Amino acid sequence: MKALRAALFLALALAASAAHAIRPDEVMTDPTLEARARTLSAELRCMVCQNESIDDSDAPLAHDIRMLIRDRIAEGQSNDAVRAFLVSRYGDFILLKPPFKPETLLLWLSAPLTLALGALGIWAAMRRPREPTPALSAEEEEGLAALTREGEGR
Amino acid sequence: MIVEIGHFALILALALALVQASAPLVGAWRADRALMGVAASAALAQFALILVSFAALAWAHLASDFSALNVAENSHSAVPAIYKFSGVWGNHEGSMLLWVLILAAFGALVAAFGGALPARLRANALAVQGLIGAAFLAFILMTSNPFERLWPAPFEGRDLNPILQDPGLAIHPPLLYLGYVGFSIVFSFAAAALIEGRIDAAWARFVRPFALIAWAFLTLGVAMGSYWAYYTLGWGGFWFWDPVENASLMPWLAGTAFVHSAAVMEKRDALKVWTIFLAILAFSFSLLGTFLVRSGVLTSVHAFANDPRRGVFILAILAFFIAGSLSLFAWRAPQLKQGGLFAPISREGALALNNLLLTAACATVVFGTLYPLALEQIAGDKITVGAPFFNLTAGVLLLAACFVMPFGFSLAWKRGDLLGVAERLAVAMAAGLIVFIALIAFRRGGLAPVAAGLAIFVILGSLSEVAARVWRGGASLSVALSRARGLPLSFWGGAFAHAGAGIVLLGVAATGLGAETIAAMRVGVPQTVGPYQVVVNTVGERAGPNYREIVAAMTIRSGGAFVAAIEPARRQFATRQMATTQAGIATIAFGQVYVSIGDPDADGAVPARLYWKPLVTLIWLGACVMALGAGMSLADRRLRFGAPARAKSNAAAAAAAAR
Repeated sequence: MKALRAALFLALALAASAAHAIRPDEVMTDPTLEARARTLSAELRCMVCQNESIDDSDAPLAHDIRMLIRDRIAEGQSNDAVRAFLVSRYGDFILLKPPFKPETLLLWLSAPLTLALGALGIWAAMRRPREPTPALSAEEEEGLAALTREGEGR
Repeated sequence: MIVEIGHFALILALALALVQASAPLVGAWRADRALMGVAASAALAQFALILVSFAALAWAHLASDFSALNVAENSHSAVPAIYKFSGVWGNHEGSMLLWVLILAAFGALVAAFGGALPARLRANALAVQGLIGAAFLAFILMTSNPFERLWPAPFEGRDLNPILQDPGLAIHPPLLYLGYVGFSIVFSFAAAALIEGRIDAAWARFVRPFALIAWAFLTLGVAMGSYWAYYTLGWGGFWFWDPVENASLMPWLAGTAFVHSAAVMEKRDALKVWTIFLAILAFSFSLLGTFLVRSGVLTSVHAFANDPRRGVFILAILAFFIAGSLSLFAWRAPQLKQGGLFAPISREGALALNNLLLTAACATVVFGTLYPLALEQIAGDKITVGAPFFNLTAGVLLLAACFVMPFGFSLAWKRGDLLGVAERLAVAMAAGLIVFIALIAFRRGGLAPVAAGLAIFVILGSLSEVAARVWRGGASLSVALSRARGLPLSFWGGAFAHAGAGIVLLGVAATGLGAETIAAMRVGVPQTVGPYQVVVNTVGERAGPNYREIVAAMTIRSGGAFVAAIEPARRQFATRQMATTQAGIATIAFGQVYVSIGDPDADGAVPARLYWKPLVTLIWLGACVMALGAGMSLADRRLRFGAPARAKSNAAAAAAAAR
């Protein structure tokens, strides 16, 4: 099993594509509809690729879904309807932005939770009473005064 | 024979690493100078042996010795010499060898130039470094031996993956590893400090050069990877939030936080416990990244389950070092004395906020990367966490960190004057606001105007701090120049690194302002993309050393005037039956015209995607400026090891300029 071989940094991402995504013959004639199709396809995952949107992938599956989206948009369906249809067919896996549901609660809360915890930590650290800084001894005072004089003399 | 020498040297290196991991530790414990001294010589010898081993593998690749399994599987006699050489690390085994080579190199660096370090700290740090080395050398020898023989030897190799036959492979992994693995030495110093139970401002000063080297290389490595992906993938994206990319971003974020909190520790003796924690975190993420990329767990959980030997081994290493260092931390941290007080509005305060934002961004990247793996394993539910999620979480947090950046850079230590700083940054803020409003007025909403305005604020904010220090009190030009010369290099480094971050952000913001054209191009028929017209002159076939390619020669014009010529191509590699896209790219000022083509249709039309990407090169140039800033900071005489006597005059000048 040599699946690991080419795994240098990007290789995984590259291996799945490295060629051509959306083709000229796929483009819809109406630019507003085409723009909707592009927005949608940027949000959908090519399921046989590594974390690539169907907009960027040249896999046959990605091509099929791009065409499917365009067919449905041409039929007059809304973006949400097309998305809902694809989720019913392929599951949440197809969405590059995971839906907010119990299973993804922790994921979506990871940013606010870390922020809150960190802020709490900083607040606690700032409030912690410190040991008083020991006063300078007479000898140290003398040394400091000498240094200050030297510094001012320059 | 040479291959066997390489193998043998690697085994010896493992033995030495074990000595390095144990003897100095005992020495430091018993205050035995002789035993502690073992550390330096062992580290140097270990590095030399791994270098021999690496050279042996490189020789096998360059000489196309197909009796070596690694060469037979990843090389071909017709591959150009540069790819024969970079092919050494273009595979799992070889790249792990590069990993330990760089690990040992950092150990050797401490051994060779760390004479001024306290003997115990140095011995303990080298022992920890030796332990990491031993773990990974054992991993290579037991599960990923690059020196395995193949008999009978085949006449021809199976070729290097065509995607990797690119100058990017020669540059990107070494840079990335220098950064990634460079944080190992910071980790080792942190562990050594915890073992000793003594951490002070001097520690931050010792670690500083290594942290800066690692950070600079990691910055360059990540940027280089991004540019490689940009020109190879064929549609000009520069960051994909792919797990493999995230694996390099996690240590970068933690490392950036570390460099900043270490500065607080060095100057003000504060945030000590947190700094040590970040040192552990940064390298832990390097290990986590190595696990993610090397175990195959990303390809699919099932690929990992089918061949779990490597994955489990790295997981064990990961668990040992992370759990070990965190236990050490939990045991020792409460005993560390807290230092320097500071008001919330101060440079320390701003840096604490920066750390908070960077760490939160890092946490979301970690969560986003690992969550789908965990969820599938635990609940069997498959989800995807892609770019939209990361842009919304980590992206927003990083924008916030950028906003804090100029304030932190301008605030005074200990107790700052926010109003005064805001006054100083007024020009930068106004300029940023103007850009923001102008973009809102001309374009639709979205994040581009925010990012662009913020970028201008960050760049000008860094410059205005320089200006404020140089022109204070309306000095004449000659006084200003002499003051500029007198400013410490570490200050210049900070200014450059921050301005660099702003430049990156400006490049990212500009991606929202580009143009795209998708068309079937015919010879002689121009297509418009942004302000340019692109026309295909000829479509032809060409033979390379180990591939054939279809090339479309194109000319870019602007209002009839010639601007540039490009040759986008499709390459077909026979040995692996794979095709790659070579984008045609013309850099015009800081922007690029980017064209990638597909296979021509039956009637001769070339399907093409054309892009105009204004200011796109700033993304990578900005990263270079950031790394340059780290380099300047590193060159600051006062902060190098064993600062020489001449530093006195520099320091005096700096003090005079700052007054």
